[in-house]
Amino acid sequence: MKHAAQVIAVAAAAILALFGAAFGRDELFQAHAWILFFVLALAGYLLLQRKTSEDAALIPLKDGEGGATAYMDGPIRYGAVATMFWGIVGFLVGVVIAVQLAWPQFNFEPYLNFGRLRPLHTSAVIFAFGGNALLCTSFWVVQRTCRQRLFGGDLVWFVFWGYQLFIVLAATGYLLGVTQSKEYAEPEWYVDLWLTIVWVAYLVVFFGTLLTRREPHIYVANWFYLSFIITIAMLHVVNNLAIPVSLLGSKSYSAFAGVQDALTQWWYGHNAVGFFLTAGFLGMMYYFMPKQAERPVYSYRLSIVHFWSLIFLYIWAGPHHLHYTALPDWAQTLGMVFSIMLWMPSWGGMINGLMTLAGAWDKVRTDPLIRMMVIALAFYGMSTFEGPMMSIKTVNSLSHYTDWTIGHVHSGALGWVGMISFAAIYFLVPRLWGRRRLYSLRMVNWHFWLATLGIVVYAAVMWVSGITQGLMWREYDAEGFLVYSFAETVAAMHPYYALRVFGGLLYLLGALIMAYNLYQTIRGRERQERPLVTTATAAQPAE
Amino acid sequence: MDYESFRHFADIWGLVYLVVLFVGIIAFTFRPGGKKGAKDAANIPLRED
Repeated sequence: MKHAAQVIAVAAAAILALFGAAFGRDELFQAHAWILFFVLALAGYLLLQRKTSEDAALIPLKDGEGGATAYMDGPIRYGAVATMFWGIVGFLVGVVIAVQLAWPQFNFEPYLNFGRLRPLHTSAVIFAFGGNALLCTSFWVVQRTCRQRLFGGDLVWFVFWGYQLFIVLAATGYLLGVTQSKEYAEPEWYVDLWLTIVWVAYLVVFFGTLLTRREPHIYVANWFYLSFIITIAMLHVVNNLAIPVSLLGSKSYSAFAGVQDALTQWWYGHNAVGFFLTAGFLGMMYYFMPKQAERPVYSYRLSIVHFWSLIFLYIWAGPHHLHYTALPDWAQTLGMVFSIMLWMPSWGGMINGLMTLAGAWDKVRTDPLIRMMVIALAFYGMSTFEGPMMSIKTVNSLSHYTDWTIGHVHSGALGWVGMISFAAIYFLVPRLWGRRRLYSLRMVNWHFWLATLGIVVYAAVMWVSGITQGLMWREYDAEGFLVYSFAETVAAMHPYYALRVFGGLLYLLGALIMAYNLYQTIRGRERQERPLVTTATAAQPAE
Repeated sequence: MDYESFRHFADIWGLVYLVVLFVGIIAFTFRPGGKKGAKDAANIPLRED
């Protein structure tokens, strides 16, 4: 038997899950343990069924130094597929909850109401889609820029499958109603502990590869990835410090209370944005942008300044989520000031990425992947301009709690995180499966325009909706009474909520086209199509 | 150490430490002669496969 140790470990874990199902202190824990049992039973069955070893198409290390060793690309292949799969799940759930907001009759009690689907959407897109994109690209980048095989052997597979298990447990927990109700940190204590184990293994793999590198310098993309891994470990552990009510129960109580709890939560929450959704994806950008453009990054030293400025500033910006709350005024102002200072590194980084194309701007027209990266950077610039502006207290007094915030988040998530990930996966898939090219570049182009149009519709609609909402909430009449009841502001949002569904559908449609394109690429097909740019239009020298 | 003295320590020495560290890193990045190393490093992704 090829995977004896793994099968035994999975079987032992499945038996533990059965004990959890039998002796769980509450129904939710029991249900969750049953889910874990069936997932592990399925995993064990699939392990037993496996015949071939991984790395069928080995990509050898370039120089002779590595001897017969090759890059470890098996987990990256799985990661690319998982990214696409969870992306579609996440976008689909997003469309569903957008429909629920516009037409409340689509709330199906109790498992499929907005309150349970909303964390499913946010976690699916951030941690499942984004997380898998980060996992697989970081494994690719660290091997190529260190010229070394991934450290840890099968530990890499543990990281990949362990992370998928975390996603499944978190997602099913939300639907069951298991939550500690901290935004973006909803999973309860036992799922948190599991993620901690997986994350430490991830750190060991990544750091081990860096330590055994055969390239003297650590390329800047790896700095961003490493800072993302370390900081997320720190944030996750501190924010989830909690005492479980029972070792076999789903409920726990946070170690923090009151405003300290709120501050810890938003220290976590904003740095999840800063280090998960920004630093990690910047690592992606600093590798794939130069690769696809076939030219080095505009200024390497600017990228180092970009890195250290982000690291030094981001960690302080969290309090801007708590303006006009019980948080001390000085802390609110501190958060605001640091957020505004973030303008500089963010725009420095955006300019650095865009200027990589200096002298090769024609690629924006001829290469849809470059176009995706450019729009990603443009949205990085726009949302990192908008964010600090919204953190200014006077602006925040209008924008906070309104749909403007939702629009802002989505311009960052759909525009920056989504587009840079799509570009990276499009880059990786033909190389991972040893294909000459993607199935269809025209489909990439369609994906690009559908996604871009979707984001523009979404963000614009949410601006109008958010500002309308904010202005209606603060409208007083001459006697000092509020002009609108809350229900009236909800009714005013209806057309915008319906339009938002349309924007989300466009984005989802683009992702479906991508999935089809990747599926055909993996199968080794090449679509016969007219080239995007004919040679006549491609090479027109300036007069 | 009580809250006030801890706060004072962080306010003064924590701030000085972080500012000096940051300025030092930036100065080191732009040291004369650093340009060649940076250029080499920038080409790392383009040299493989």
